[in-house]
Amino acid sequence: MAASIFAAVPRAPPVAVFKLTADFREDGDARKVNLGVGAYRTDEGQPWVLPVVKKVEQLIANNDSLNHEYLPILGLPEFRANASRIALGDDSPAIKENRIGSVQSLGGTGALRIGAEFLRRWYNGNNNTATPVYISTPSWENHNSVFVDAGFKDIRTYRYWDAAKRGLDLQGLLDDMEKAPEFSIFILHACAHNPTGTDPTPDQWKQIAAVMKRRFLFPFFDSAYQGFASGSLDKDAWAVRYFVSEGFELFCAQSFSKNFGLYNERVGNLTVVGKDADNVQRVLSQMEKIVRTTWSNPPSQGARIVATTLSSPQLFTEWCDNVKTMADRVLLMRSELRSRLEALGTPGTWNHITEQIGMFSFTGLNPKQVEYMIKEKHIYLMASGRINMCGLTTKNLDYVAKSIHEAVTKIQ
Amino acid sequence: SSWWSHVEMGPPDPILGVTEAYKRDTNSKKMNLGVGAYRDDNGKPFVLSCVRKAEAMIASKKMDKEYLPIGGLADFTRASAELALGENSEAFKSGRYVTVQGISGTGSLRIGANFLQRFFKSSRDVYLPKPSWGNHTPIFRDAGLQLQAYRYYDPKTCSLDFSGAVEDISKIPEKSIILLHACAHNPTGVDPRQEQWKELATVVKKRNLLVFFDMAYQGFASGDINRDAWAVRHFIEQGINVILAQSYAKNMGLYGERVGAFTVICSDAEEAKRVESQLKILIRPMYSNPPLNGARIASLILNTPDLRKEWLVEVKGMADRIIGMRTQLVANLKKEGSSHNWQHITDQIGMFCFTGLKPEQVERLIKEFSIYMTKDGRISMAGVTSGNVGYLAHAIHQVSK
Repeated sequence: MAASIFAAVPRAPPVAVFKLTADFREDGDARKVNLGVGAYRTDEGQPWVLPVVKKVEQLIANNDSLNHEYLPILGLPEFRANASRIALGDDSPAIKENRIGSVQSLGGTGALRIGAEFLRRWYNGNNNTATPVYISTPSWENHNSVFVDAGFKDIRTYRYWDAAKRGLDLQGLLDDMEKAPEFSIFILHACAHNPTGTDPTPDQWKQIAAVMKRRFLFPFFDSAYQGFASGSLDKDAWAVRYFVSEGFELFCAQSFSKNFGLYNERVGNLTVVGKDADNVQRVLSQMEKIVRTTWSNPPSQGARIVATTLSSPQLFTEWCDNVKTMADRVLLMRSELRSRLEALGTPGTWNHITEQIGMFSFTGLNPKQVEYMIKEKHIYLMASGRINMCGLTTKNLDYVAKSIHEAVTKIQ
Repeated sequence: SSWWSHVEMGPPDPILGVTEAYKRDTNSKKMNLGVGAYRDDNGKPFVLSCVRKAEAMIASKKMDKEYLPIGGLADFTRASAELALGENSEAFKSGRYVTVQGISGTGSLRIGANFLQRFFKSSRDVYLPKPSWGNHTPIFRDAGLQLQAYRYYDPKTCSLDFSGAVEDISKIPEKSIILLHACAHNPTGVDPRQEQWKELATVVKKRNLLVFFDMAYQGFASGDINRDAWAVRHFIEQGINVILAQSYAKNMGLYGERVGAFTVICSDAEEAKRVESQLKILIRPMYSNPPLNGARIASLILNTPDLRKEWLVEVKGMADRIIGMRTQLVANLKKEGSSHNWQHITDQIGMFCFTGLKPEQVERLIKEFSIYMTKDGRISMAGVTSGNVGYLAHAIHQVSK
């Protein structure tokens, strides 16, 4: 037999965050804590299927009129409309003026990819692989891959995290926007920036919007934590809605993985806001072609759950409640961790832990300290120093705080 | 002004357009023979009993909703590989394969196409049969590959142009990619016989082509899962390391759950691990990890002896109903007094039938009889029932006599 055509295929490195969880699973130490992958955990350290989701799944299971037929290419209509409404607000002028579109996608990732593929083909003329795409530094590591694989050739970073002051580098961010070529695409985190947990204030968002407007920069929002960040859907959508009110055309990739706890059902939505209905219609028709060659049509189970929940006032209220439960527990863990570190007298300042928002916190631990945490203390976190607050529980707070203290004092 | 002023309106999907027009029609006798989704003898969507049972089992287990691994549900991918390759397959037993969960057939084809674009440096050319499923071309094109064709369907006989296929395939440049429909060719329903498959394997091997099998109808074509996978298994036995896309949309009726798998047969297990790692790198920026619901259902069915038995009976039931409708259609055409040879209707296999009707005749079927199909004369046999097969035969005779 001839040598395999795949003989030269190199072994790719594993995706870091999943390798972390794999290592955690193999670890036999009883004290181990997983502060890696971004999924919500209860105070018992268990996954949590939202009570409203359980209820709605039962409704779906009992509904004999439902079957497994194909959804339309762009997805379940009731899901699409409700999902976009959640992002843009009931009173959104864009919705009233009928100039929004929605594409049901496979999670937030899928929504980002469809948007990226569309932009590469249609933004700023045809075949726009040369358009610079700006991603915050740091950012979710998959953002880069999404735009590279969609065909963009010029991926750049914009300053975001100020390690020295452990906060937003607003000046650096605005500077990079001023210097960016006109029409560049900017990936913005709508709220609960991953991995830093550091968001611009409304005032800072206004400054960002002003520069982007003046320089014709395209806003592509990534909204993976609406409701999960502050506990309020409206508050967490403020930035996206502000941009809409300022007349921007934009994309918003939404994920319902975290705020609905529907991780493995792959529920996402790409919201498109355009100048008018005609433009949006043509955009959607082209997105349909992209969807058709990527996954043909999206999975129905998760979309049904979300659509059913969002279209019933009672279930919607229950959902908001469930979301607030998750957000509140995270807020509690933040304040508990901070107060312990301050009580221990751990060198450095720790107010960033409560000032940051969402699932993640950029602790400020350096790679050596992270290695210490993993190897010596069996506490698993990303090399960047990012921790998932959901991995903290009332039972492990003391151990984690003491371990951070050790890492900071022993390792430089 | 808008960023999108220059964006053209995309053309409507020809197949879905058929259903749209059908929906608008008020004729009580209307028939939708367009899209390929199975219907029972009452023209209704059919949820398999084994699927309902699997769903009930899943609901009672109260499992969580945590992310699947990038490559999907392991119990599903392993069972899917075994279903395609056969439990006694050397390739399966030795572990020299990798199977990842894909978003039904389309997603599995797309993963394969992207993988080839990135790692198959010998050629950019994918050879499709003429005709092929309409979506094959844009899938491979969007992945960055080029499309070529080999003769396949003979419109004069409404059957396989075998000598044309062999002739064309014999001329394909070495190390090109060739796509083959494992069974129930879409859209023609024309499959090679086993003897012809043997010869195709020989030619393909001689030309050193990379074989990409699209198997969307295993079990659904003949009613026998082993028979429908014969070509795939034969090629592998001949030492051809194929790549394969599977769909469970039709054979398990899981259309909207998007259940599929992509498999690469490798030299050995070590190579399979390397290939797997690269497939994950491709999948992660597309949708991170696949949806669980459908894969869980399929996995339970394939891995639970009772459910698997039931599934085999049900998929045979679907295949038999289709085969029955083919027979009835031909019988009814004879009764109508048609003098044409309609043997191809029963010779063809699977969901679709290439009737041989011309666009003008199709136009008349739509306008005068409210019978909807695609312009190429393709009908979905799943839309035919014992209640309407007489009407269909009558209409076809009217436009073709």
